[in-house]
Amino acid sequence: MIPAAFTYYRPRTVPDALSLLGAHSEEARAIAGGHSLIPMMKLRLATPDHLVDLGAIAALKGIRAEGGAWVLGATTTQAELIAHAGLARALPILRETALQIADPQVRARGTVGGNVVNGDPGNDMPAVMLCLDAALEVAGRGGARTIRAREFYRGAFITALAAGEIVTAIRIPAPPAKAGAAYVKLKRKTGDYATAAAAAMLSLEGGRIATCAIALTNVAPTALLAEAAAAGLIGAAPGAAAFAAAAAAAEAITDPAADGHGPVDYRRRMAGVMVRRALAAAAERAGG
Amino acid sequence: MAKTAISLTVNGEKVEALVEPRTLLIHFLREQLSLTGAHIGCETSHCGACTVDMDGQSVKSCTVFAVQADGADLRTIEGLAAPDGTLHALQNAFREWHGLQCGFCTPGMIMRAWRLLQENPHPSEAEIRFGIAGNLCRCTGYQNIVHAISAAAATIAGASKEAAE
Amino acid sequence: MNEVSETRAAREEKLQGIGCRRKRIEDIRFTQGKGNYVDDLKLPGMLFGDFHRSPYAHARIRRIDTTKARALAGVVAVLTATDLKPLKLDWMPTLAGDVQAVLAGEKVLFQGQEIAFVVATDRYIAADAADLVEVEYEELPPLVDPFRSMAPDAPILREDIADKTEGAHGKRRHPNHIFTWEVGDREATDQAFRVAEVSVKQLISYQRVHPSPLETCQAVASFDKIKGELTVWGTFQAPHVVRTVGAILSGIPEHKIHIIAPDIGGGFGNKVGVYPGYVCAIVASIVTGKPVKWVEDRIENLTATAFARDYHMTAEIAATREGKVTGLRVHVLADHGAFDACADPSKWPAGFFNIVTGSYDFPVAHVTVDGVYTNKAPGGVAYRCSFRVTEAAYCIERAMDILAHKLGVDPAEIRVRNFIRREQFPYHSALGWEYDSGDYHTAMKKALEAVGYQALRTEQGAKQEKFRRGETRELMGIGVSFFTEIVGAGPSKNCDILGIAMFDSAEIRVHPTGAIIARMGTKSQGQGHETTYAQIIASELGIPADNVMVEEGNTDTAPYGLGTYGSRSTPTAAAATAAACRKIRAKAQMIAAHLLEVHHDDVEFDIDSFRVKGMPERVKTMKEVAWAAYNAVPPGLEPGLEAVSYYDPPNMTYPFGAYICVMDIDVDTGVAKVRRFYALDDCGTRINPMIIEGQVHGGLTEAFAIAMGQEIAYDEMGNLKGPSFMDFFLPTAVETPHWETDHTVTPSPHHPIGAKGVGESPNVGGVPAFSNAVNDAFAFLGATHIQMPHDPWRVWKAAEALGLQK
Repeated sequence: MIPAAFTYYRPRTVPDALSLLGAHSEEARAIAGGHSLIPMMKLRLATPDHLVDLGAIAALKGIRAEGGAWVLGATTTQAELIAHAGLARALPILRETALQIADPQVRARGTVGGNVVNGDPGNDMPAVMLCLDAALEVAGRGGARTIRAREFYRGAFITALAAGEIVTAIRIPAPPAKAGAAYVKLKRKTGDYATAAAAAMLSLEGGRIATCAIALTNVAPTALLAEAAAAGLIGAAPGAAAFAAAAAAAEAITDPAADGHGPVDYRRRMAGVMVRRALAAAAERAGG
Repeated sequence: MAKTAISLTVNGEKVEALVEPRTLLIHFLREQLSLTGAHIGCETSHCGACTVDMDGQSVKSCTVFAVQADGADLRTIEGLAAPDGTLHALQNAFREWHGLQCGFCTPGMIMRAWRLLQENPHPSEAEIRFGIAGNLCRCTGYQNIVHAISAAAATIAGASKEAAE
Repeated sequence: MNEVSETRAAREEKLQGIGCRRKRIEDIRFTQGKGNYVDDLKLPGMLFGDFHRSPYAHARIRRIDTTKARALAGVVAVLTATDLKPLKLDWMPTLAGDVQAVLAGEKVLFQGQEIAFVVATDRYIAADAADLVEVEYEELPPLVDPFRSMAPDAPILREDIADKTEGAHGKRRHPNHIFTWEVGDREATDQAFRVAEVSVKQLISYQRVHPSPLETCQAVASFDKIKGELTVWGTFQAPHVVRTVGAILSGIPEHKIHIIAPDIGGGFGNKVGVYPGYVCAIVASIVTGKPVKWVEDRIENLTATAFARDYHMTAEIAATREGKVTGLRVHVLADHGAFDACADPSKWPAGFFNIVTGSYDFPVAHVTVDGVYTNKAPGGVAYRCSFRVTEAAYCIERAMDILAHKLGVDPAEIRVRNFIRREQFPYHSALGWEYDSGDYHTAMKKALEAVGYQALRTEQGAKQEKFRRGETRELMGIGVSFFTEIVGAGPSKNCDILGIAMFDSAEIRVHPTGAIIARMGTKSQGQGHETTYAQIIASELGIPADNVMVEEGNTDTAPYGLGTYGSRSTPTAAAATAAACRKIRAKAQMIAAHLLEVHHDDVEFDIDSFRVKGMPERVKTMKEVAWAAYNAVPPGLEPGLEAVSYYDPPNMTYPFGAYICVMDIDVDTGVAKVRRFYALDDCGTRINPMIIEGQVHGGLTEAFAIAMGQEIAYDEMGNLKGPSFMDFFLPTAVETPHWETDHTVTPSPHHPIGAKGVGESPNVGGVPAFSNAVNDAFAFLGATHIQMPHDPWRVWKAAEALGLQK
């Protein structure tokens, strides 16, 4: 497993990266942690002529709080995310998710931005970003723009990102008051993609669910926001019956592939089981 | 194929070399530097046999290009023993606890454990298992590896306590 | 010198002999990254080879065009079948009496089959060039389902032998039929079933899996044109066989072939056979005059070299109402893939599958095995088991549970009722084996008590009630397995590989200072031979193990042997080691008697010395004797102190064990979690308990992987699904359970030190223990047999079939 030859660039600034990507357009790929792209290159399923390494761009790094929101630089590694105490207190679901991605060495290199951006339905962060209603800050030669995660995913490995653009940061709004969130993942072993996984966040008011968001991993060509499932819970008391109804609604929007993780009907049902478990954990954390 | 100059530190020594951009770090270490301790087991970043330490983190060197290590500080199994040849506590513990059989995963496993014990000097059994989950072993069933890492942690803690006293 | 006045215990401890938890010698280099594996080897001018492989499972090759590959800078040669044909190397014999294409010239028969071998100045260029080989195919219908192999309209796979009605093992009934192997008494068995009070029948499939050692298969070949000598460093579990077969195939005289197996990164059966990569590296070295390295990548390993199992076993047991077995009938459909490349002793097309009567006293039994071709990779190796023994153990251990279930008898109890009793050994099985020794009742009793079996069953019953009431969605399974292995091929009277008799050997040389070098015909792949053989020598000769160096793997220096697989090293080479030591000791005794000035009959060996009988103060240490052996030999005796033994075992050995697995199953997800696993092994005399426990841990982990998820699966077009460690289930430390080990000791009566071998027992006994646990969890709801592997989706589906997923 040997990659095909390419030219390598390691720009220091975002504008430099953009001009390199722009100059070589279709034949260029940006690389961050490389743990999705390099295996693809070794299998020669990806054969970019030009590889633009974002790893040396200081502006893409770092985790910071801005008001109630948190901003994650795109090349923040999963390990850096896990180690950030402030973020773990404010948005524990991010750490919980990151710890379920791959293994220590992969988390040391793999970036949050890469996980969110590359459009692999098996990646875990997209569902979390859908659930948390994150926004992706995008830079291109035409200027900067912001894309809501909920509008970003178009199909397997197809996103709203235009050629030559890169995501520079991910902005996560403050969660509602009294919210709890959880990411529950069923996988065959460490390092595996999810058979099915669910992110859920809900807040409670007077013992009733006031807000709710649910998103699913790896049970369709993209991560899915389960809007109807979440909407059905508003005003309901948290509990097995309500969560079962939400799980059924979530299952209804899935479109999983049959593969080594199991046949379609199993993976669909697992999406439901993961939703139930994520909701139960989220409700408990919300104090319900 | 055009080559790129890189300069890095490997086991405390400065290294300058020319590499093709596509040269994987594991091939650079094994073939250009003749550091054959780290191995290639799966090539898809699952087995961890190629694990080395890069800038204070464990990485799978089959999924890093050598050019990406330009400026980095690397440590491999060959650089783990003290300069006078005294073995590291982990190297002793792996032998003492029978934490290896064919030896193929061992360099990667020990380098991962070395970093783990710096991240968490007193890991529980569960934390060790989670911490080495990026390293596959086909021979031992891990149980003795977990023992070995635990024992090495105790040895290191004992030694540093002694030094402090 | 005051050594002899030490206490006996201190003298014994100093030796680090048999029974000692001696730390491994190998680890000193491995923990420092100083192992010496094939891919570590770098020779001046060395070239790299890489394959172009078929994307199709079944296709006719219309044209192979290597022009572009040859034109790439750095490419030195490109080999195809056309180049190999004049050398008569386009096909090679397999261990099973078939032939296999080295490079496909006319047809490809499995996905990933080797078509062209590209040789270049580095591995990157070789990979680029392999992609540039152009092949035109005419796709043919693939044959994937072995149950369709002998259908009248099945596509004919092997055109090269389509008209051969006589195979290596008798008549062929169909072009896709390889052999039918029959053993036992058909008529008596049929009669047992005709009169049986109770019988059960079940198709039990053992899926295709792969040994996947962490180091893949690899070789460096170097042909010296001037001397006409060939040296090959390779991942060879059986180096001498490679040399002899290599000589026969190539015409190079055997003394001019040097086979070297350096450190091997795990074998598990993957490295017994000869693969096209080895042959091509050798040919390429001869053609180019340069050393050529071939290193398989992981996808190639899972795709093309050495699958295991793929046995579809229909088992029937006849029994009385009280659960006493009266007959066993098994039919196996064996999927061998495109070539019959099973790594069994040549006369045994289904290995030792006739150990399928297991630990039970079956009065009659009958087995038939049909081997068939499909468009899949060749192999059928013994993946951490003696030849087809894990299949047999799985078959009988599942079938006994099914019988227990039908009769309403506890699975442990049904086994106890049918065990071969201690006084029946040596025991002649209905399928022709002579079991050397055993004490099954004692082992089982110890195991059941250790886990608190009755309490577990009570807890399980309570949990089942809660499940029925809808108060839990978790079920508990208790898997019991009691296996009997058969290991240690020879004896040469019934075991050979391509006519090479299966003995093994040791050559031991005591130097004047009492240091020892010992060489064996086996080859460690992680088992720790350098450590354990030295312990045997220490106990036998009274020289500390630390003064013994053990060497294996170099055919120029090691005595001829058949290698390491099928747990044969301890039964054969360890026996040869003891035998060679005893020859040395006999001579040493003569020398000692001379030094002590008494008759040699008046001298006896004691730990590390010879002493005059009745006069314990008159001693000569073995070290002193070694010096005298070179410098002061008695008149009439040759100088020197060394011996070689070629040990042809009188019988195989029969290790056994009792394993119990406790599992909790989440019915909603199908995830099964092992709560407890207890393994009692009886491998006879225990040479190094630390290493034995390590072998058991490792074998259980492989068994866990096989039972709970490992599978080499193909789609209907013959495409291999998931051929990387992303999908192929190898558990990490997180998924792997904690193992409890225990033992009894029933020595082998015919082995010089009573040892039996252990490396494969945990795999053989482990797989049925896990599988029985899963099956046991659902048995109270009416499940009879749930097929492996028990990955979550299949467990979930099994529960769904029982109406549990509404």
